[in-house]
Amino acid sequence: MFERKQLSWAAAVAAVAGLVAVAPARAEDTVKVGLILPMTGGQASTGKQIENAIKLYMQQKGDTVAGKKIEIILKDDAAIPDKTKTAAQELIVNDKVNFIAGFGVTPAALAAAPLATQAKIPEVVMAAGTSIITERSPYIVRTSFTLAQSSTIIGDWAVKNGIKKVATLTSDYAPGNDALNFFKQNFTAGGGEVVEEVKTPLANPDFAPFLQRMKDAKPDAIFVFVPAGQGGNFMKQYAERGLDKAGIKVIGPGDVTDDDLLNNMGDAVLGTVTAHLYSAAHPSAMNKDFVAAYKKAFGTRPGFMAVSGYDGIHLIYEALKKTGGDTDGTKLIEAMKGQKWESPRGPISIDPETRDIVQNIYIRKVEKVDGELYNVEFATFEAVKDLGKTKK
Amino acid sequence: MTAILTNLFDGVAYGMLLFVLACGLAVTLGLMNFVNLAHGAFAMTGGYVCMVLVNRMGWPFFAALPLAFVSSAAIGIALERTLYRHLYSRSHLDQVLFTIGLTFMSVAAVDYIQGSSRVFIDLPAALQGQFDLFGVGIGRYRLMIIVICGLLTIALQMVLAKTRFGSRLRAAVDDPRAASGLGINVPQLFAFTFAFGCGLAGLGGALSAEILGLDPYFPLKFMIYFLIVVTVGGSSSITGPFLASLLLGIGDVAGKYYVPKMGPFVIYTMMIVILIWRPNGLFGRTAAR
Repeated sequence: MFERKQLSWAAAVAAVAGLVAVAPARAEDTVKVGLILPMTGGQASTGKQIENAIKLYMQQKGDTVAGKKIEIILKDDAAIPDKTKTAAQELIVNDKVNFIAGFGVTPAALAAAPLATQAKIPEVVMAAGTSIITERSPYIVRTSFTLAQSSTIIGDWAVKNGIKKVATLTSDYAPGNDALNFFKQNFTAGGGEVVEEVKTPLANPDFAPFLQRMKDAKPDAIFVFVPAGQGGNFMKQYAERGLDKAGIKVIGPGDVTDDDLLNNMGDAVLGTVTAHLYSAAHPSAMNKDFVAAYKKAFGTRPGFMAVSGYDGIHLIYEALKKTGGDTDGTKLIEAMKGQKWESPRGPISIDPETRDIVQNIYIRKVEKVDGELYNVEFATFEAVKDLGKTKK
Repeated sequence: MTAILTNLFDGVAYGMLLFVLACGLAVTLGLMNFVNLAHGAFAMTGGYVCMVLVNRMGWPFFAALPLAFVSSAAIGIALERTLYRHLYSRSHLDQVLFTIGLTFMSVAAVDYIQGSSRVFIDLPAALQGQFDLFGVGIGRYRLMIIVICGLLTIALQMVLAKTRFGSRLRAAVDDPRAASGLGINVPQLFAFTFAFGCGLAGLGGALSAEILGLDPYFPLKFMIYFLIVVTVGGSSSITGPFLASLLLGIGDVAGKYYVPKMGPFVIYTMMIVILIWRPNGLFGRTAAR
């Protein structure tokens, strides 16, 4: 089960894998990034997308920055926090990495937090989405998103657009509860009413009975958060049960219509309105290039996890540029604070206070574009900070 | 009232599906006394075969279903002849270790070939959606599951109880030595039975993609459900697992509908209560070997 992959993505094949580990003489010229991702298990698509995006970035921008060669060491944690911790320890102690990065799920990011603090090295979170993460260590910085960002926005949007009664269906784990609570907070503050609240178990085989309950509650819309992957099943059963014909809409944060799976979900998903940070259909020149390059290299459409990984490695590059190649962890994290750049998802920045991402949240509707299903953006909430921090 | 009937219908469909998925396991465990934890891997194979045929090669869904059965059965018989038969006389622990290893290998293989994301089978329009029957919402796909699985169950029961093959099989199970002394080819019989169980799992896998979701982790995710069906039902006949599947299916759906907060626990609570009451399962033989 312990799969140890040492991948050297150096443009030159010369840096034969394995040789790197036994070449301490060159250690001062290389910057090592320990990438901990779920490459196996149910979250493997997250890991794959981030890995792909980082590969793509390094192909495009080269593997040297500020006179240092970037070396990525990939470890698989299968999204199990114990393994994350072991992997982080090995990376920090044995491989002497300068950054740890990745983290597919919240428990994984939290497991590595104390190690980042002790070792004083930056932890770049590229996927996990609960608000508390960046509060767990002064060395954590995030380039993905928080569920509060998209859930509060969809709550505001729904109540202003004629949706008064909502039933909620969320997966019963930390991100699901975050999504539910932030949605409820903004939706009810605006005068909306939650008529039915169902939490589904994470390993849930069949949505049928929950959906039947939703249908009988007759809401204007269902607010849904299920982990990427279950979204397809949910949408299929939603249509099978005729909730679409009963006029019950689906709203939620964008995880349910992740670009990764969207195209396989069938026409039932048409018209679903979600709030999210990224759509492969985002109409910017930069994104068009990004999508084209990603498709060419890996044969699939990039999702929001890919873009988070792409921005994560960009942030690492920029921090090194700013420190002039100095690899002191404290200086690096300082250099990351306040960074601003144009990402394929739009303009983003790192909040210097919280080290969390500030980004536009887009309201999108699933539509057919050239025969494929896409999340088409139609409204933008600009520069949304994370609203879920406990310390305000 | 209509809500009760809709739930009952959904529960029966879910239970039927569980039965087709798990009855092969009941056969290998109960009749052949072999612990095959890789059972879900055969189900997954059937599901993926069906998906490739329908989505990539444009086969009609109903033509792909028999092939899901055939391909899982073929893989089953190949593995039985080469690997499984050496383990019949070994301890249960060896069997568990071997089959769990096989399960992990199947997960990794499918992940490698098809990728880790969830796949769906393109269904014909006739199977999509729901229609109303006296106010009760009937899902077309679920209705098809009930019909197919119901017919299969009747056929299975007939074969086991009425045919020469059935009586040979029962004889071979009760006393393999005496059976082979009477001229019954016991290894062949077991190989055939094993393959048939795998085929049924393959068919179940293809049918369940729409409802349970199909991804490379299918064998691990649903192993627990198969085992619940077999332990609750007892593994001495197929009536036991059949009734257990129905009970669990209906219980699970009703639990999730009426007490959504407790929903996920209902199926496990039922298992515990039944096993305390009847430790060998609902229809277990008290003197099970």
